Amino acid sequence: MSTERDTPSEGIDWRSETTDIEMSRRDQLRELYEQKLYAPAVVAWSDRRTRLGIFILSVYVFMAIVEVFGLWRDPSPNQAERFIRPFENLQYPLGTTQSGIDLLALIIESTPFILLMVLTGGVWATSLAVMVGTISGYKGGTVDTVITSISDFFMAIPGLPLVIVLAIALSPENPILLGIVLTINYWAGLGRSIRSQVLSIRQQDYIEASRTMGTGTGRIIRKDILPNIMPYVMVNFVLAARYTIFASVGLYFIGVLPYSGQNWGVTLNNAYHQGGLFTMQAFHWLLVPIIAIVGLAFGLILVSQGMDRIFNPRVRTRMTGESESETVTEDETSTTEML
Amino acid sequence: MNYYLKRTAQIPLTILAVATLTFGLIRLLPGGPFTQLRLELLQQGIPADQVDARIETLQNIRPDAPLWQQYLDYLIGITQLDFGQSISLNQPVAEVVAQALPWTVFLVVVSTVLMFIIGVLIGALQAYWEGSKFDQITSGGSIFLMSVPYYIFAVIFLFVLGYQLSLFPTGNAVARGVENTVSLAYISSVLHHAALPIIAFTISGIGSTALNMRGNGIQVLGEEYVEVARLRGLSNNRIATRYVARNAILPMYTSLLLLIGFRLGGTVVLEEIFSYPGLGNYMIQAVKANDYPLMMGCFLVITTTLVVAVYIADLTYGLIDPRISAGDSDEY
Repeated sequence: MSTERDTPSEGIDWRSETTDIEMSRRDQLRELYEQKLYAPAVVAWSDRRTRLGIFILSVYVFMAIVEVFGLWRDPSPNQAERFIRPFENLQYPLGTTQSGIDLLALIIESTPFILLMVLTGGVWATSLAVMVGTISGYKGGTVDTVITSISDFFMAIPGLPLVIVLAIALSPENPILLGIVLTINYWAGLGRSIRSQVLSIRQQDYIEASRTMGTGTGRIIRKDILPNIMPYVMVNFVLAARYTIFASVGLYFIGVLPYSGQNWGVTLNNAYHQGGLFTMQAFHWLLVPIIAIVGLAFGLILVSQGMDRIFNPRVRTRMTGESESETVTEDETSTTEML
Repeated sequence: MNYYLKRTAQIPLTILAVATLTFGLIRLLPGGPFTQLRLELLQQGIPADQVDARIETLQNIRPDAPLWQQYLDYLIGITQLDFGQSISLNQPVAEVVAQALPWTVFLVVVSTVLMFIIGVLIGALQAYWEGSKFDQITSGGSIFLMSVPYYIFAVIFLFVLGYQLSLFPTGNAVARGVENTVSLAYISSVLHHAALPIIAFTISGIGSTALNMRGNGIQVLGEEYVEVARLRGLSNNRIATRYVARNAILPMYTSLLLLIGFRLGGTVVLEEIFSYPGLGNYMIQAVKANDYPLMMGCFLVITTTLVVAVYIADLTYGLIDPRISAGDSDEY
């Protein structure tokens, strides 16, 4: 059964918002800022987990900035004594490795690489999954069958072994390419779960209404469906990012990804294979990259836990209503908009 | 068409598609494995037809035949369980894989079942005592567990329990000299060797399972039908198992299907750390030794295992949730 669709509406545009015409450009920008940045930030900041998560993530961003501007020494062998323990010598706060490399320098050096890779992996996996999931869930029928069979195929391939084989063929050393290769089939599973969410949303009355009004598929997906699944998508963005770190470090650790410089996984591998396992003397060498990995994942997960509140409209309205810095006129505009 | 029939027919199709992918990866990618091997052999001064003959014994692929013929040969080889000859181990890939497969399945099945049961129990208790001290502590613990990858647990366990305290073996699946018979010595040796990998793989999955179950449980506890069940005076036990547990676990079952894939792939790293003789470990060894037939054989078998595992899980899902076999959705 299919209803009439995609007909361009003539005459009065029922969907247009009156505020568009009445407000000046500056007001619009300000409202956009209030809506998209200020209000969510207030809500997010009120959550203890988000605060901690953002703090942790900003430490990593800070390390990346330090590396980009070259504010800390580069790692090189014999730059210090071997096996200095952490906090023993403040010149080398995290200690040194067997060959006398500053561990802090090692960690900082690969931070920009890791962050870029994680961001790419997360963005690629989630955006593809959202596209596939919403289209196949909303359109249904043949489109759905085709997309579902394709993603079924990708779901049937276990991720890491496929990445290993691809890594041999492509030898990805660029962080962006690596991020994509690592999450090469991550979208399939996520797309399926987004599809099943869309399947229940598409039965809602307001979607039915939009459709009978002749609203196009793209607009329905963007305006009616996406806001509903946004919290879920953001949480899964973080999970995909986490998967990218775990997969990359794991594969670097067992030595099947190509690398030019050292990074956290390679450091872990070196520590593991060059005696980190047998003596307590070298334990910090093993521990420092572990803390770097776990810390980043922990920060991401904390933010995702707090993120739920940003995208839950009910919580958001209440929070902004409570904040006293807002003037009465702004409150009025927001009420008219809601009507 | 009948759901189960359709689902069963999908299996050979998926495996065919995967085999095509492996073939493509072997043969077609620029600088792909066999082009490289062929070049290497040619550079060593071995004549071209000898090189071709050698590659043919290795992978059932005749480099000089047309592509479609190579493809057909490869597929026919696979249906006869002939995955070629391992270069580094010098024995048929099928033999190696047949030895390794049970260990991998053992690790994945035991750890996934344990993870699911423990996670669901913890999550259910959290949902039941929402907001209590127990809930707060375990929620924090779950978030922390989610941020530690399983191989970190593996490395730390290996360091502390394996090397420093020597409580557990640091490699292999069975102690040397223990015979492969159903005896107490054999079983205890197997369990002793598998304990650390299984614990590491289980612990890291508990966090997200518990958090999921907690969320579902809280949602279901707030449903009207639970309230009605209470008003009807049903016993607490019956409400907890028949009404709450069943409806809270159901959505997690679907994600379990996905999880099997991640975990099966994850054994690559896990087995390598513990030198456990499963598929993943052989695959990494093959990668390091440039042993492409073994590598692609392991890849194909890991994938086939996943296809079968998801199939089995899918069939049981149909038993739990009758809605799944309902027809397709309308087209918009």
